[in-house]
Amino acid sequence: MCSYIVEKAHVSGSAKGANGWMRIDTANVYFDHPYHAPLDHALAIDFVCEADGARERVAVELSAASARELVSKIMVALAIGENAHAAA
Amino acid sequence: MSYEGLVAETVAFAGHNNDRGEAYYARPTRAGKFPGVVVIHHLPGWDEWIIEVVRKFAHHGYACISPHLYFRDGPGSPDDVGARVRAAGGVPDEQVVGDAKGAIAYLRAQPNANGKVGLIGFCSGGRHAYLCACRLPEIDAVVDCWGGNVIVDDKSLLNAKRPIAPIDLTENLRMPLLGLFGNDDQNPTADQVNRTEAVLKRLGKTYEFHRYDKAGHAFFNTTREAYRPEQAADGWSKVFAFYRKTLAA
Repeated sequence: MCSYIVEKAHVSGSAKGANGWMRIDTANVYFDHPYHAPLDHALAIDFVCEADGARERVAVELSAASARELVSKIMVALAIGENAHAAA
Repeated sequence: MSYEGLVAETVAFAGHNNDRGEAYYARPTRAGKFPGVVVIHHLPGWDEWIIEVVRKFAHHGYACISPHLYFRDGPGSPDDVGARVRAAGGVPDEQVVGDAKGAIAYLRAQPNANGKVGLIGFCSGGRHAYLCACRLPEIDAVVDCWGGNVIVDDKSLLNAKRPIAPIDLTENLRMPLLGLFGNDDQNPTADQVNRTEAVLKRLGKTYEFHRYDKAGHAFFNTTREAYRPEQAADGWSKVFAFYRKTLAA
């Protein structure tokens, strides 16, 4: 189905897109028909900078399973990294 | 028998409020008068599959146009523009109806027009097709392919952009309607399809609904896992039979 549901995450950092690096302040997250991935539904994330008008984006479309894998690996990387840096 | 020659191009059209937008237009190259079809894309945007659908109609002898419903949010690639529109909550129904009206006028203004124009939409475009059927009496025949949210059970989903459930406008529907649905679809569910049909029947509308087992949402779409070749082939044959009947001059 086509849904209009978009979860907005406020993020802080940078992303590299077609025109090089840009600062980002928002990740638009949704689970719907993808544009490119050959899936019925994909977990899509568009990294944008709303403060700059959100004209550019860095996009990914992931299968549900791989999105969950990514979430878990983000948490693992953060835990290991923060622990390592705290010990340094 | 030889195949239909066709030309396809991006053209300018006048949409809602006379805003100038872009549309993809394909037509047979042989001399003659042809029925027209407007193709309404789904929420992710004006994608390559929709463009292929436009050429498919031209291949079958129709002058066909698909307006880019998100042109106001460009410039940019259709996928980036589609992402912008999604983040903004979609486009207003009123604007879509105005853009469809402009696309219909574009087809009727062409020298190859036989005067008849149909409209077809897929997914959220199927909902738009049902909406246009109830709002634009100048359309001669409408095809709703698995349009979700024609019936809105959760009224909190209605908002300024989509203020009315299309089902509540059914009284105004004046042309024949063809509906194609997968029985495994979750939006619309089989129950919602049955309830839509009940309203059409109660109001004495001219319609035909076809339901497909072992098919869910978007089962025509060859780029998705949802594609069901057998059901899609039958569905396309239903579409062309319907338009042969309703769009002949």
